[in-house]
Amino acid sequence: MAEPTTRALRTDTMVLSMGPQHPSTHGVLRLELKTDGEVVQDAIPHIGYLHRNFEKHAENLTYPQIIPYTDRMDYIAAMNNELGFVLAVEELLARGPRPVEVPEKAEYIRVIVCELNRIASHLLAFGAYGLDIGAFTPFLYAFRDRETILELFEELSGARLLYNYIRVGGVARDFPGGFHHKLRSFLGYFGPQIDVYNTLLSNNKIFLERTAGIGVLGVDECIQNGWTGPNIHGAGLAWDLRKEEPYSIYDRFDFAIPVGKNGDCWDRYMVRMDEMRESVKIATQALDQMEERGLLEDENFTAKVRGTLRPPAGEIYMRTETPRGDLGYYIHSDGSDRPSRVKVRSPCFTALSALRKMSRGLLIADVVAIIGSIDIVMGEIDR
Amino acid sequence: MTHPIEAFASRLRTTLAQTTETLELGGRWPEAIPLEGLIAIMLVVLAAVTVALIAAIPIVLVLMERKVSAYFQDRLGPTRVGPWGVLVTLADGIKLLFKEDLIPPQADKLLFRLAPYVVFGSSFAVVAVLPPFQSTVIGNLQLGLFIYLAVSSLVVLGIIMAGWSSNSKYSLFGALRGAAQIVSYEIPLGLSALMIVMTAGTLNMQHLVMDQVGGIHHWYMFRHPFLFVGAWIYFISAIAEVNRTPFDLPEAESEIVAGFHTEYSGLRFAYFFLAEYANVFVVSGICVALFMGGWSSPIPGFHAIPGIVWFVGKVFVLVFMMMWIRWTVPRVRVDQLMAVCWKYLLPISFVNIIGTGVVVLLEREQLGVEIAGMFIGVGALMWAVAPVMLLILGALAFSGTEPVARRSPAVGG
Repeated sequence: MAEPTTRALRTDTMVLSMGPQHPSTHGVLRLELKTDGEVVQDAIPHIGYLHRNFEKHAENLTYPQIIPYTDRMDYIAAMNNELGFVLAVEELLARGPRPVEVPEKAEYIRVIVCELNRIASHLLAFGAYGLDIGAFTPFLYAFRDRETILELFEELSGARLLYNYIRVGGVARDFPGGFHHKLRSFLGYFGPQIDVYNTLLSNNKIFLERTAGIGVLGVDECIQNGWTGPNIHGAGLAWDLRKEEPYSIYDRFDFAIPVGKNGDCWDRYMVRMDEMRESVKIATQALDQMEERGLLEDENFTAKVRGTLRPPAGEIYMRTETPRGDLGYYIHSDGSDRPSRVKVRSPCFTALSALRKMSRGLLIADVVAIIGSIDIVMGEIDR
Repeated sequence: MTHPIEAFASRLRTTLAQTTETLELGGRWPEAIPLEGLIAIMLVVLAAVTVALIAAIPIVLVLMERKVSAYFQDRLGPTRVGPWGVLVTLADGIKLLFKEDLIPPQADKLLFRLAPYVVFGSSFAVVAVLPPFQSTVIGNLQLGLFIYLAVSSLVVLGIIMAGWSSNSKYSLFGALRGAAQIVSYEIPLGLSALMIVMTAGTLNMQHLVMDQVGGIHHWYMFRHPFLFVGAWIYFISAIAEVNRTPFDLPEAESEIVAGFHTEYSGLRFAYFFLAEYANVFVVSGICVALFMGGWSSPIPGFHAIPGIVWFVGKVFVLVFMMMWIRWTVPRVRVDQLMAVCWKYLLPISFVNIIGTGVVVLLEREQLGVEIAGMFIGVGALMWAVAPVMLLILGALAFSGTEPVARRSPAVGG
């Protein structure tokens, strides 16, 4: 900023408030941008517009009643949220007199729905990212394919977005008749579609110019900031809880962890495209294994859980790999039917906190590109 | 030398005086009006009819955009408003009429009100120089092309007025981006048009088209590689002129909401909306007239289809291509946009001008080369060289652009 003189024009830093209502802040996020023309000098995120007191509510609800609330945090990948919470409760119960034995079919169903939800979540990330960068068409293709997944979920659980499906001891309902045929046909159709999307957007020269080399965060900085999931895969580190600390039956499946090279926006985006392919692999393997073991005809989709759930007093921290990273549930139980404390560690929260450092010196258009590439959902950040 | 306004005023006075005199002496309407007055009235009516006809263009183009974008996106678009959705522009217009006319507080009221008309007026005024028919042109000016370039530049003024007067930072961003973009891209646009003027020796649009009559090989676009590349540079600059993706930064939805027309609603917004589509039509129309033969038929000797059909058909092909590009490709960033214009399109335009000048000189001086032989030779050369030139243009345009700051120092960049 120049000193005001009688002759020279004085330049000022412009304070621009991007949001909370904005077409591309992925929810209600307010970004206070201090810019010098188009160059951003500071980008301060203000959150809390979607805070709904999940953790306080959880103290007054019984364990099964909390499950719909977990859906609503990261509403795009609801099944993964439910799974994390339910696994934490089952671990707590395992220490007590009546551990819950989840039937094998239920384990397979859980994996299938979580991976389908991963595909749906990454599709939305892909479509919304294209929209942020200015390509309108990929968004509609993504939603067309997402529609098929949502219809599958509706048939399975009754809801399209917020399912209340994964329960303590298993799942809420069994596969309806003929469901696995529809599932297989979707999985067969979707694999080649990813190549179509790569031709349309990922390898487009303008898209590359807008995202390659922008918002670089090296592996060390990612670890310092607590990044997990596709964000850190983009930086080059193949850390995935499904491989490192396998939960449920993930150790039975053969899949890779796609990684990027540079840790820029394009890498983080491309990692999500490749992760969709891996999810298709996992879901197909799960279906195949279910058929081999004759589980499709099996009718045990949940354990018999009698009476109110009263986990023994104690605490547990359970973490799972959601499409956004490492989601952690800390539950402290006092032996009653309601938890005394539930704390959620949100991967998007840590992702967003690095935004300020990353966006200094970049243009406003680049800030939009970075927010899209870290794939945040305000519902999870604010809880 | 009398000032033209004084001259006009005195003629008006004389005409009125003559009319009243004739009436007082017992003459009857309308014979009382002298010939001059009748001609004046007729011209005004003709202008009104013309504007009404021109207004039909955005109506068709809005529907076309909605349907084309829908089919690209694997959906149907408007289907319920009239058969196949044909009444959708009418419905949109009526809806916009009913909206509340909001002027933001502390907005500069005069500029805010004036801006849509400036944009709308200058976009529509240049339709007059388009040559759609063989027989007539609405405004067959000797300086047709020059007038087009001059009047279409007024759009920038309207955009800046809109952005500034809205008293909103987002609008200001959009307006400034728009001003930089439009003013920059007018240079490759003008230079490409200049090549045509050098080749034809006239600025009159109708003469330019008539010079291209006789088949597709007479079109300026296909005469030699410099003009071929120039045609595509013109097309790219035209897309930037009308603010369409990939150059739609002034109205970049995902970044600055709606840019310079964020604060406009109702009929004022309708003016911007219609002006954009009129602009798309005009700029494609000029491209067709300059490079693609205007109303002439591409098949030599085939005169069954009237010229207007060829003209409109060619313009719609270009408009479809603009829409195709819009719905496929993402948006460039503002510094990349300026880099493409100043670092790549402009030098190539200069090379094209020099090349065209050389070709024109060779043709005129007939420096020992048979013109027919040169056409054949140049034609063969064109089909060999032009794709290579275009590939180089494409590669250069997008390989060397550097953003303002790739890495922020805080993260070790």
